[in-house]
Formats: sequence, C-alpha cells, structure tokens
Amino acid sequence: MSTIILLLITGLGLGALYFLVASGLSLIYGLMGVLNFAHGSFLTLGAFAGWELARRMDGSSWGTLIASLVLGMAVGAFVAAATEFLLIRRLYNRHIEQVLVTVGLALASVALFEGIWGTDAIYVTAPEWLSQTTEILGARVPNDRFLMIGAAVLVLLGIVAFLRYTRFGLIIRAGVENRSMVTALGIDVRKAFTVVFAIGGAAAGLGGVLASHYFGYVSPQLGGSLLIFAFIVTVIGGLGSLAGAAIASVVVAVLQQFANYFWGGTGDLMVVLLLAVVLLVRPTGILGKKA
Amino acid sequence: MKSLSKLSQRTWWIVGGVLVVIAALLPLLNISIPGVLPGATYTPGTLQLLALALLFASLALSYHLLFGTAGMLSFGHALYFALGAYGLGIVLHETELTLLPALGLTLAIVITAAYLLGSLSLRVTGISFAMVTLAFAQAGNVLVRRNPGITGGEEGLRLDTEHIPDFFIGVVNTRNLYWLALALLVVVFVVVAWFENSRAGHAVTATRENELRVRVLGLRPFGVKLMAFVIASVLASLVGMVHLLLQSGTTPRATSADFTLTILVIVVLGGVGSRWGAIVGGIIYTLLDQRLTALASSDAIDGLPAILRIPLSEPLFILGTLFILVVLFLPGGIAGAVQRLSTGTSLAPQKRQRLEEAE
Repeated sequence: MSTIILLLITGLGLGALYFLVASGLSLIYGLMGVLNFAHGSFLTLGAFAGWELARRMDGSSWGTLIASLVLGMAVGAFVAAATEFLLIRRLYNRHIEQVLVTVGLALASVALFEGIWGTDAIYVTAPEWLSQTTEILGARVPNDRFLMIGAAVLVLLGIVAFLRYTRFGLIIRAGVENRSMVTALGIDVRKAFTVVFAIGGAAAGLGGVLASHYFGYVSPQLGGSLLIFAFIVTVIGGLGSLAGAAIASVVVAVLQQFANYFWGGTGDLMVVLLLAVVLLVRPTGILGKKA
Repeated sequence: MKSLSKLSQRTWWIVGGVLVVIAALLPLLNISIPGVLPGATYTPGTLQLLALALLFASLALSYHLLFGTAGMLSFGHALYFALGAYGLGIVLHETELTLLPALGLTLAIVITAAYLLGSLSLRVTGISFAMVTLAFAQAGNVLVRRNPGITGGEEGLRLDTEHIPDFFIGVVNTRNLYWLALALLVVVFVVVAWFENSRAGHAVTATRENELRVRVLGLRPFGVKLMAFVIASVLASLVGMVHLLLQSGTTPRATSADFTLTILVIVVLGGVGSRWGAIVGGIIYTLLDQRLTALASSDAIDGLPAILRIPLSEPLFILGTLFILVVLFLPGGIAGAVQRLSTGTSLAPQKRQRLEEAE
C-alpha cells in the first residue's frame, strides 16, 4: 500500500512538471496553431537562471528558492515573448515555417547553453526540507513532490482565472474558438499572441526551476527530455485544451511511474503505447474537438 | 542564367548523369580543394567525408519524398534510418547470414514496421502527425538505450565484419564504399523521381494541396500517403545500412530526435519541394558541419573573447541560426534562391503558398 501511495504522489509530482510545460504548449497551439519546439529551451533557460541566482545567494534558504522560482518565471516569460515578437510574428499564419523557426531556435539555443554551461549536469542545492520525507499512510514521500504539485495547481488556477476573468483571457478564449471572427470584430489578436507566449514561457521557466529540484540537477538537455513527454501529453489531452493537458499530464506521469516500478522500467514505452491506443480509439485526444 | 529554367527535363537528366560520372571518377583523380575538403580526392579521409555527404543527400531525398512531396511533417524519420543501421548490425551479429540475405531480412523488418507505425500515425494529420512520429521515434531511442546487450547501449553498435565481403572492409577500400554510397544516391533519386511522376505520386501531391478535394474526387488519400511513408522509410533504412558499413558501426544518436531535426534542417536549407535542393543541401550540410567542427577547435577561435568564442565554437549554434535565417529570409532555400536568380523574379509565390497549404 505504501508503495502505491509513493508511486501515486511521485507520479503527481512528475505530472505537475509535464503540466507546466504542456499548458503553455497547448495554449499556444490552441490560439496560434504553432507547435513550439523551443519551449524546452525556455524551460532550460529558466532552470539555469534559477541556479545562477541560487549559487550567488544562500542556496539552502527558502527566500532563495522563492526568488529563483520568480526569476525562472520572469526569464521564461521574457524570452518567450521576445521569441514571439522577433521570430514567430514575422511568419504570421505560415504554420509550418513557424514550427521550423522554433526547431532552429531549439537547436541553436541548446548548443549555446552547452557552450556557456558545459554539457555535464550541474547539481543544485535546495532548502533542507525539500530533501526530507513526510509520512503519508505509511509511505515516505519526498517533500519536493508537494512543491511541484502545489505549484502546478496554482498555475492551473491562475491560468483558468486569467482566461475567465480578464479581457485578454476573453480574447484568447474567443481566439481559440474562432480566430478570424475575433479579428473581424476589430480586436488585435496579435497582442494576445505575445501574452500567450509570455504565459507559456513563464510556466515553462517555473517548471524549469522545479524540474532542477525534482531531478537534482540542471543540464542543457533538461528541457528537451521533458518536452517530448509534454508533446505526448498535449496530443493525448487534445491539442489546445488546457483541462485535457492537466488530465493527461497526471495520467501519463502516474502510468509512467507504475510501469517503471511494476513492469521493470517500461514506463516510457507504456506512455507511447498509451498514445497509440488513444490515437486508435480517439484521434482528437481526450478533450480535443477538431482533428 | 536566363535559360536555366527553360531547360527541358531531359536535359536535366543528362546534366545529372554527367555529374554522377564525374562523382564516380573522383576516387581516381587527384583534386584538392583547400578549405572545403580535408585532402586530395583519392585519399580515404576525403572519400569518407564525400561518401557521408552523399548519404546525407540520399537521406534528405527520402525525407523530401515525405515532407516536400507528400506534405507530411514527420519528426520520426530518424527511426527508419536507425532501424536500417541497427537492424542490419544486429542481424549480422546475431545470425550467420551473409551481407545480402541479412540486408533482405532487415528490409522485411523495416517494411513491416513502417507499414504498422505508418498506418497508426496517419490516423492524424498535420501537427499531430508530427508529434506522433516523434513519440514513436522516441520509443525507438529508449529501446536502443535500454538494451545494451543487443544494441550496445550508449556505446553504440560495432559492425561485425565476419560475414561482410572483403572489398567493403578496411581503410584502403573506402572508395568501394564511396561508390556504394553514390550508387545508393542514384537509386534513391530514381525511385523518388519515379514515385513523384507516378499516379500515386500525383495523388499524394494533390492530397498535400487539398485533401478534402481529393476525397471529393473519390480517391482515398490514406493509401497513397501510407505508400509514400513506407517508400520514404525503406529508402531511409537503406541509407542507414550503408551508413553502418561506412562508419563501421552506429551510435544512439542515429535514433535521436535531433537527428530527424538535422534531416529537416538539410531539406529546408536545400529548398522544400526540390529534389536537387535536397541533394545540394545534404552535401553542403555535411561539408559545413565538418568544417565548422574544425573551425570550432582552431586557434583563431580560441583567441577570441568569450562572447564571440562560445557561440562560434558550437557548430550546432551556427547551423541553427543559419537555419532560422533561411526560413525567415530565403523561402525555398538554396533551390528557391537559384530559381529566383535564374528567372529574375523576386520571390517564388507559388512555392510559398505550397508550404502554407502543406500543413
């Protein structure tokens, strides 16, 4: 029983990371039809920014952790908004080329990170509490899992509130439904594009700092490895659906943990198998509407 | 230059034939191009590099069939290259088969895998298709890394030379491998050209332009798309097999998403929708990659201040940046630029439109 609880909570923690990446991907795709390959780089950059801050301050204090989380978010948001403004916007409505530009950016940025910080993993320091465990129903759960889950829930609530109660949120929701109609009504959707990229980038940057604590290190490949699972999560959840991304993140991560434990490390394969099954049964994903 | 675009198709084939003959004669000649090639054309080192360039050209052509002709943006093309390389390597190691039967067996495996995975991935289109192919390729990557007993894991797989004819082994015989790579390029080119001009090829091109209309005309796009997918995968696996022979082994990098992205970069650099562009892109990319790596470790770079040294010592950074610039400012890549120069038009609008509608 305690093993199952542990796997479940660890899965939720990993799912929280997937969600932080997938939420941005899904929002961006939903509004703009862009599959953002550079999203992993936003995450990696956020993680490195957090680490750079933590090593200059006292890495084991809570203040540093919170500051690094905020810095990671800010860096992610800024870089994402700049990417949209400088690269994506020039290729308005040419989706394949937009994807290609993000691919180029992903390749170039990972190479640049390797040039700056080296290819090896760098270990991070965290407040002591995070490396301790809490006992829940007999399972000794590492505390950092709770941080992930809490952050992801906050981000989910934040994005939902933003979409529901602000004017930009209204434009974004309308834009996801029918972009040409929103444009025809005289609303400048392009501002919303930048905002969506910034939100996605902030979530990814936050995810980056959290991921560095979850795995215990930062490396230039950190974003790329999470990005592939985030892609799978967005397809399973349904492209453009935030709720779908949330559900699929949890399902994928928990399945991964259980398969890794009970079926000898087959977690990654089971996730791909799940993807195949979802495509066979429901090609649009759990909550997707259009093919 | 004005007459370039007016040349008939037959003339182009003749030009191509002459180029192939020249390429075939290279190992017998003593030509040095300082700065581009590491040595004279008859030396094994140069031939190895040239053979690699030809292989990347073939691989780019096979991806051109998928992306340029059929309009399917796949992020898992590396999987079939790797399936060819690892498949042949493992069959040669685990069984007593000689090269040709082993090749046949590997091909059968590749066709089965491409057929199954293709029919599954083609249930979705556009961006979803891209992600699904990426996921399958990633599964392949995991399988290779997790089973070091069979695949050699992170170390890579070494070629078992026991059942391979002698004329493909050893540094002296590099030129035989070079000729093999050249022959493969010709075969791939002919197959791709044949498919594009066949009825299925026309149907698949029409599907790229407007799938709904093809359906309305009473055709079933799924079949021809699957056919293009399987042919492209088989061609990629052949390239993988020759690559295994040329490099005397293969590494997990061949299965990685980065490798597919490399092929995509080559095709876009050369010019989407152009067979010649894919070939030129493959050759330029390989030479550029090799030169940039040499540049990265040169003294000239070492002396620069950090802000210049770090980006310049990463070949992938330069290539990635170049790629972004081509996508932004040079639609149609190298082939598009040549066409524009020769016809005197400022842009190729029809090609631009084709890309947009490809998704």
